Amino acid sequence: MTAAAARAKYIKGATGDWEIVIGMEIHAQVTSLSKLFSGASTGFGAAPNSHVSLVDAAMPGMLPVINEECVKQAVRTGLGLKAQINHRSVFDRKNYFYPDLPQGYQISQFKYPIVGEGEVIVDVTATEQIRVGVERLHLEQDAGKSIHDMSATMSFVDLNRSGVALMEIVSRPDLRSAEEARAYVTKLRTIMRYLGTCDGDMEKGSLRADVNVSVRRPGEPLGTRCEIKNVNSIRFIGQAIEVEARRQIAIIEDGGKINQETRLFDPGRGETRSMRSKEEAHDYRYFPDPDLLPLEFDQAFVDALAADLPELPDAKKARFMSDYGLASYDAGVLVMERETADYFEEMVREGADPKGAANWLINEYFGRLNKGGFTIESGPVSAKANSAIVQMVTANTISGKIAKDLIEIVWEAGRNADPFAIVKERGMEQVTDTGAIEAAVDAIIAGNPDKVEQAKAKPTMLGWFVGQVMKQTGGKANPQSVNELLKSKLGI
Amino acid sequence: MSVDQATVRRIAHLARIAVKDEDVPHLQQELNAILSFVEDLNSVDVEGVEPMTSVVPMKMALRRDVVTDHAGAAAVVVNAPQHEDQFFTVPKVVE
Repeated sequence: MTAAAARAKYIKGATGDWEIVIGMEIHAQVTSLSKLFSGASTGFGAAPNSHVSLVDAAMPGMLPVINEECVKQAVRTGLGLKAQINHRSVFDRKNYFYPDLPQGYQISQFKYPIVGEGEVIVDVTATEQIRVGVERLHLEQDAGKSIHDMSATMSFVDLNRSGVALMEIVSRPDLRSAEEARAYVTKLRTIMRYLGTCDGDMEKGSLRADVNVSVRRPGEPLGTRCEIKNVNSIRFIGQAIEVEARRQIAIIEDGGKINQETRLFDPGRGETRSMRSKEEAHDYRYFPDPDLLPLEFDQAFVDALAADLPELPDAKKARFMSDYGLASYDAGVLVMERETADYFEEMVREGADPKGAANWLINEYFGRLNKGGFTIESGPVSAKANSAIVQMVTANTISGKIAKDLIEIVWEAGRNADPFAIVKERGMEQVTDTGAIEAAVDAIIAGNPDKVEQAKAKPTMLGWFVGQVMKQTGGKANPQSVNELLKSKLGI
Repeated sequence: MSVDQATVRRIAHLARIAVKDEDVPHLQQELNAILSFVEDLNSVDVEGVEPMTSVVPMKMALRRDVVTDHAGAAAVVVNAPQHEDQFFTVPKVVE
């Protein structure tokens, strides 16, 4: 992609500049009640082997029957990635032996995936936007879980996850830095959460990434890549890319060669390690699964799903910018989570000025939520109450400083708090009455003749006077009026 | 197409089938006989013919997304050579 070449992001080695090239395979757990080919539950955290049907345990004679909702979820995700939807796709067997894979093969899609090429638009920073190509999305089964630390000699196998539907989303090697890779995964996660097709919960393993990293001299052909398997947090994805690129650069600069291999990222040590897999590990001998017919549907099936899609983050961001006059960055922050965007719009519906509401949320409320470990949904202040606070600030009923005191009170009072009533009861209204402010100003000036003299020589002393007046008025004086009055009375 | 003895050993290993050295020549012969039968198919011109995936024209059945099936952990692990606390247990495998 020419755009990639234009945005040069080189890192310095000992012998000059290097470019990192990254492609990713994201494994996203499909949100569904039951598994891809069986009626067992997908519920997280159940007792070992309690969500396992005889299909998932690969008992002889068991046959897979595909879950219609998983198919719909894959199509919805494909639509969200503006991708080609394939009306006919085929399930294949990917053959390998591992104790948590009872069938001895994973049912996946190899040659004919359900979704073809698409594209994701990614905001890397407030000013930089990139387009990342999606090569394909296919449906496949998850494996079970092996636990190696419950005994010195045995591995323990739990098949609850075995057969749960995954979407594997394969990107083109369009990413050029750890930052871009993180932003890409974040964006995919946001899109899937909007669509309701994957909850994106990385702690529960709902979203995992295999990261392909190679380095090259600017302008040269692609280098040999290494695949870092199963990275399970966005932060680790960034770290893994950085240490792997450094490792490869050091090898090449020392005159060595990169071996194409699979590696693991160890966050504790901050390094990647070779997995030293057996030499035939990659001989999967794919062939069409004889237990399953091709998956076919018509355009009407796709159209019905398209008609029911929610507004997606890119469209919502564009609307926030055009309808509410928000800056690109602010709109981007608000649409990251659908719940946050809804909260913001509720504040606006309740009467808050959109820019004021956006500023208040981004600069004040989100910080408080983060600090308290809350989400927008679990946070103690309702959209209506935050709207009320913003409305009072916009109307100059309260000052920005008092707004911060007010949110403390509302925070403690809970979701039913009425900020309008609290301001009235506690007399927190801003004093705009010039007479009252003037009295306070006069009192301060009269009480501090020495400071008045100093201020005439040194106008920055004005700040001290403003502080005193605000103190005297309990922070309720309109700061602008205070400033103007002081300036004229002090003659500065 | 035919297979050599190394390929026979490799296929057996990938399928986790233990094959004794003295059985390899015999298996090689059998596999090559099968392959030569299959090769007869190459004489048919299939240009423009869609692969047939089912003898009767039928579409894949789809299942509704409801939880209908849980065998129960006891039933799932009952035939396993070894199990403990509802887990299957196997000789330790760590990459």
